[in-house]
Amino acid sequence: MSYFSDIYKGIKTLLTGMSVTGGYFIRARKGAITQQYPDNRETLKMFDRFRGEVVMPHNADNRHYCTGCQSCEIACPNGSIEIIWDRAVDPETGKKKKKIDKHIYHLSMCTMCGLCIEACPTDAIVWAPNFENSVYDRSKLTKILNQPGSSVLDGIED
Amino acid sequence: MTDQQAQNKIKTEEYFINMGPQHPAAHGVLRLILTIDGEIIKNVEPDLGYIHRSIEKMCERDSYQQIVHLTDRMDYLSSHINNEAVCLTVEKGLEIEVSDRVKVIRTIIDELTRIASHCLWWGVMGMDLGALTTYFYAFRDREMINDIFEETCGARLTMNYNVPGGLMFDIHPNFVKRTKDFITHFKTKIPEYDRLLTGNVIFQKRTKGVGILTKEDAISFGVSGPTARGSGFSSDVRKHHPYSAYDRVNFKEILFTEGDTFARYQVRMMELWESVSIIEQLIDNIPEGETKAATKAVIKLPKGEFYQRVETARGELGVYINSTGNKNPYRVKFRSPGFSNLSVLNHISKDVLIGDLVATMASFDFVIPDIDR
Repeated sequence: MSYFSDIYKGIKTLLTGMSVTGGYFIRARKGAITQQYPDNRETLKMFDRFRGEVVMPHNADNRHYCTGCQSCEIACPNGSIEIIWDRAVDPETGKKKKKIDKHIYHLSMCTMCGLCIEACPTDAIVWAPNFENSVYDRSKLTKILNQPGSSVLDGIED
Repeated sequence: MTDQQAQNKIKTEEYFINMGPQHPAAHGVLRLILTIDGEIIKNVEPDLGYIHRSIEKMCERDSYQQIVHLTDRMDYLSSHINNEAVCLTVEKGLEIEVSDRVKVIRTIIDELTRIASHCLWWGVMGMDLGALTTYFYAFRDREMINDIFEETCGARLTMNYNVPGGLMFDIHPNFVKRTKDFITHFKTKIPEYDRLLTGNVIFQKRTKGVGILTKEDAISFGVSGPTARGSGFSSDVRKHHPYSAYDRVNFKEILFTEGDTFARYQVRMMELWESVSIIEQLIDNIPEGETKAATKAVIKLPKGEFYQRVETARGELGVYINSTGNKNPYRVKFRSPGFSNLSVLNHISKDVLIGDLVATMASFDFVIPDIDR
């Protein structure tokens, strides 16, 4: 007799499981759970803390906040940031002052740990929500963050 | 002549077969060299090294802040807990006491991580045994946790939210609301998980009495986590050596004595309820306080050895730091739960079928980068 009761119990457990999936099949859901990327590209908004890539914001006069202190370069665990700097002569005081020549960021090596942005004393670099980083050439992932001809804002000291 | 005797007369030969390194049931690049007689497994020899990245050696190069992000890449399903283990060790060495707020937030995110990890394990375990639907249901709920992490920490998997001395930044204003929403949602979903898979007759036939691990073996092989608790070995670090805010919450240590695959399954399913209960106790009263204790820019641990263990989703993770007083550690060693749990696989998989080995491995919940580091 246990043969038939086993069959009965077995089918019952299968039906219990199928009632869950069947329930979802019948109950119409409001939209899908998955995101319809890339169709929703225009409306897609990432969270404001999302770590996409490191950028250096510039204001309208092409000025940034980076003093060239190299805190980010030291904080980076795998050398994704390189800073090439030299000394510029301040026209007013005549003193020599450190300034960045190139702030080079290797996106292809970056692990998105966020230590550089934590280390920056002047908030010169921030996270940008861009995550579409597919390119055909690897060298395009090496970026120079400061724009050509840009300079540090007056009064920013580290 | 009986059938048995007739079978004995047939000359059989043992042969080797590779399970992995690219095997759908291995969840990563783990190569198992199986010695097989017919379909009966005679020996299981794990071959490691396919995803070795020398994380421990890289730690000797890095400063103490930089070590933290490497541990994300070990057991990527409990990355926040790994980060916390390193931070607790460094804080122990520096003798910093982090604020209550940091402790509570760390504990909440730990438990969210554990739920996310167990969700993924549940989906994958069903998938290994032929029930593909579980995977989609588990990922639906895991998605909500990933959104919470993304909003607060900025990343979904490799979060790197802990720093020695506290947290990188405060929680997002939406964190509490989102977590509460998730808890209400998830409490209706765990019974659904049970209805879908736990009671299923095929699932029960494939897991009950399969891959039995005795308590003595679990202790002598150094097995920890839910795998050990399925054999009745009380090994929960959260209970025995509380860290962060685990000493101020009430939770049960789930113990099952059968030691088979189904017992390990039940431990993890019950742990989901315990994690939910821990979060519920903490989420309403996150104390005020600073999120980061003041540390020097260059952390130098005093000369000596420091050890801290935590309970990840797979078992006990130990972090050992040997410092000579420099800004880099002299030696770092991670005692990872996956490696010790893997060592017992050969012992309990003798004279079983290949399909049972897949079920046993699924219940062990291996993450291969954690084994290999």
